[in-house]
Amino acid sequence: MDEQPKKTKKSVSRRVFLQQIGGGAAGVSVATRIFGAERAGAFAAAADVELSAVREITLTINGKKTILEAAADETLLGVLRERLGLTGAKRVCDRGECGGCTVILNGRAVYACQMLALQADGAEILTVEGLASGEKLHPVQQAFIDHDGYQCGYCTPGFIMAAVALLQKNPRPSAEEIVTGMSGNICRCGNYQRIQAAVAGAAEAMSRVEPSARHSPMDLAMGEYGGSRPPGQSPGPRPPKRG
Amino acid sequence: MSPKDPIEDYYPEYMDQALAVGQTASSPAVPGQTPSAEFKYIGRAVPRVDGRNIVTGAAHYTHDLVLDDMLIGKLLRSPHACAEVVSVDLGPALAYPGVKAALRLKEGRVSWAGEPVAAVAAVDTRTAAEAVNLIKVEYKVLPYAVSVEASAAAGAPSVLEKGENVQKSNDYTRGDIEKGFKEADLVLERTYQTSWEVHQPTETHASVAYWTNDYLTVHDSTQAVNSVRDGLARSLGIPAGRVRVLKEYMGGGFGSKLGVNDYTIAAARLAKEAGRPVKITLTRRENSYCVGYRPAARMTVKAGVKKDGTLTALSLRTQNSGGIGRGDRTASPFVDVYKCPNMKVEEFSVFTNTCGSRATRAPGYTQGTFGLESFMEELAAALGMDPLELRRKNYSVKDRGDTGTMYSTKGLDQCYALGSERIGWARRNKVPGGGKGKVRTGIGMASQIWPGAGTPGTLADLRIYSDGSVEVECGTQDLGTGTRTHIAIVAADTLGLEPKDISVKIGNSDYPWAPNSGGSLTTPSVAPAVRDAALKAVVQLKALASKKLNAPVGDLVLGEKKIALKSDPSKAVELRELARSFQRPAVFHGERSDMAPGYAYQTFGAHFAEVEVDTETGKIKVKRVVAVHDVGRVINRQTADSQVIGAITQGTSAGLFEEKLMDPATGCMVNPNLHDYKVATVRDVPVVEPVYADIIDERLNNLGAKGLGEPPRIPASGAIANAVYNAIGVHIREIPMTPARVLAALKRKEAK
Repeated sequence: MDEQPKKTKKSVSRRVFLQQIGGGAAGVSVATRIFGAERAGAFAAAADVELSAVREITLTINGKKTILEAAADETLLGVLRERLGLTGAKRVCDRGECGGCTVILNGRAVYACQMLALQADGAEILTVEGLASGEKLHPVQQAFIDHDGYQCGYCTPGFIMAAVALLQKNPRPSAEEIVTGMSGNICRCGNYQRIQAAVAGAAEAMSRVEPSARHSPMDLAMGEYGGSRPPGQSPGPRPPKRG
Repeated sequence: MSPKDPIEDYYPEYMDQALAVGQTASSPAVPGQTPSAEFKYIGRAVPRVDGRNIVTGAAHYTHDLVLDDMLIGKLLRSPHACAEVVSVDLGPALAYPGVKAALRLKEGRVSWAGEPVAAVAAVDTRTAAEAVNLIKVEYKVLPYAVSVEASAAAGAPSVLEKGENVQKSNDYTRGDIEKGFKEADLVLERTYQTSWEVHQPTETHASVAYWTNDYLTVHDSTQAVNSVRDGLARSLGIPAGRVRVLKEYMGGGFGSKLGVNDYTIAAARLAKEAGRPVKITLTRRENSYCVGYRPAARMTVKAGVKKDGTLTALSLRTQNSGGIGRGDRTASPFVDVYKCPNMKVEEFSVFTNTCGSRATRAPGYTQGTFGLESFMEELAAALGMDPLELRRKNYSVKDRGDTGTMYSTKGLDQCYALGSERIGWARRNKVPGGGKGKVRTGIGMASQIWPGAGTPGTLADLRIYSDGSVEVECGTQDLGTGTRTHIAIVAADTLGLEPKDISVKIGNSDYPWAPNSGGSLTTPSVAPAVRDAALKAVVQLKALASKKLNAPVGDLVLGEKKIALKSDPSKAVELRELARSFQRPAVFHGERSDMAPGYAYQTFGAHFAEVEVDTETGKIKVKRVVAVHDVGRVINRQTADSQVIGAITQGTSAGLFEEKLMDPATGCMVNPNLHDYKVATVRDVPVVEPVYADIIDERLNNLGAKGLGEPPRIPASGAIANAVYNAIGVHIREIPMTPARVLAALKRKEAK
């Protein structure tokens, strides 16, 4: 990724509070990690480090360009849920164990809880909110309804995004390939059999549609799979591998 | 329609209307329950009416809620398994910039590592997390006992402030147990063990609280808006009428979200103090060790049996452990399922310094059924008998092992017949472990019983507006089972509408009362109340149509959004037109009636599992489960099948993987996450084939429906354990059946 911050801005309020409390705060370790300094044991040593820098980042989310200031320790999931109100991606385990926060970033399914917002700078991101074209649901969404591929529905956006990414890469997956594609997500209600049927059903439905019409708003975010990126543009940061 | 339909007595003049609505039932591929021709939707597979919300991310869960000026709350938890809280200094936290309120939550003694001691509310999550650690607590650490062994040992430190560490929790006898053992040709004794199983709902426990003057509103991830309302009112000392609890969607509960929680009370108090909304969401770590689990059970079963398989005596002695809470009673399946005149039960709770257990999908019955059904399998082998024949030999038609009240309906025999046929029971190893090779296959089964009759007195209001639209209001909640859809299809089928025509309003404690969504209560409580309200609406609509069409009520049929003359279907009036004459919205109050007295009401079922066991690695693969259930009328085949599939996933998960591990030295959970606490993924689950017995319990309620949430969870682990036994010839007797336990069992067998 691009290591040079484009723009940093001192956060007065954070600095003020550190002076006020006069003690080591949890923010220290995060900021020092980002800026490469050693973790300071004492506040005095840490005081000169840019503890709470924010940087301007650009995210293209569901086809819409968004510029925002992200703090060093904010995850992509935090930005989506708490800053942008995109709560489809869920915080379930918060440590890359369950897939509840899965979104598609530059064509790959990633765990948004395992990625810093700064790492996503310049990326094209597709979340469950951007999958339908107006009233028309994506075939994967429709298949989850038809096959009852959910119970409480909390893991569903993650499963749907994982399924969309799988079908982009592999439009006609075998049963075993569906299992592999869905194995990074946990459905505690245990409706896996239905989810497998939904993914197979979606593959079937999508195969009946002309490939050109197949991925409407989502190929914006498909990057290397969708091929919609203008020539010459950097592919952006590579997301961490899932699972 | 059956000749003795309860609706006939209820609304005799309108019996014909229902038939007019129906379409011909297609004959299902699997024998079992055929949807009634009376209904267009009930009993068929209907997609969820709110599916679109779920798949687009528009469904709002408590975690997703952001209110203006909302603060984030965080709890400080005791690091000690037992300690006196000497002092709490909130000062440093309150002085921290961004902190708006802080509270002490605990006076006196903390009894488990993780018990809340204090709380803060701050402007954001990071500030709250930092500030909560600034609270200074002085503890006087006291001796504690974390394991059952340590707690039950002589001279153990006292776990509870009052009361012994080991307490008798259940005592039951019938007949003469000694006489029963004397009559027996064979006496067998075995001990079975289950583990602590954590609910781990995907949405961790969460509440958002705010006050409007003296009125409190709480958005809660809960299975029980009414219980939370009552609990909050009690805890805060305010009238129940000033508390409103809301829940739109929730990310699972499985019994862990049935009442008011410490963090919910803390959020309400912090919100009062700060004068702003407060949200508390637990972390996955907190969710793993602070909000309960299924208590473990150690069950020693002893039975006397005649050569032909007739049970003469059955005794059960258990040691159940639910931390500082009372462990579940596990005896019910032993007491009820099989015919046996002589019985003795003694259950003991062993208290330990760990978080209290909570109800977990079919509490007690799940553990008890694993013990009972594993034992029946071993008993059959000891007799050289077909295990299904042994169960049939001791079949009961009354509760209390055929000594009590007659069951209203009992379709367990149908479940046995349908399930054994479908799995191919004859293919099993006639002698357990009879197969050859590295990977052995086996088939096993287990029976199930669970109340699931629902709650009489449940209320629902059906409202018809003057534009003809129909709304149902009910203070129930959807914990993921599809409650909105069940309500919509019952109202739609009764009124001759489509499910999408019904506006369903639930998840609000201000709505007409409904019970907790636990205990498999929701469908058999709510669906009949909605049916009752809708039938009352039909009465009024027909009276109006009778005037309008100038025809006797008896000549009217309702269907396809209109009421028509039976004698001349061309003469009809649309429901929409009838509604136009309403001066105000017409409200119909529905209530779930009481069941007919003098009968016992239970659900029944049987699972038939097929497994493969790798005798070199000890790894078990569950291939297939045929699950047959007698739950009365199935309301929505689509969501019913999902309940069965999900429950078997959980039963497989508990049977093979799940175990909350505690560090006996510190009282801390060592696997409080979804990596080290392994739950089943898509790779681990069998193919499930749900089948339903063709039984409608007409004495129970106006739809003859029972609950299905818990029944399919109950026999799943036992059926798998018995299939493993059939494959390798040695019973594992302890869940989870980890590879280590399988290999140890195989070694035990070799040593013999």
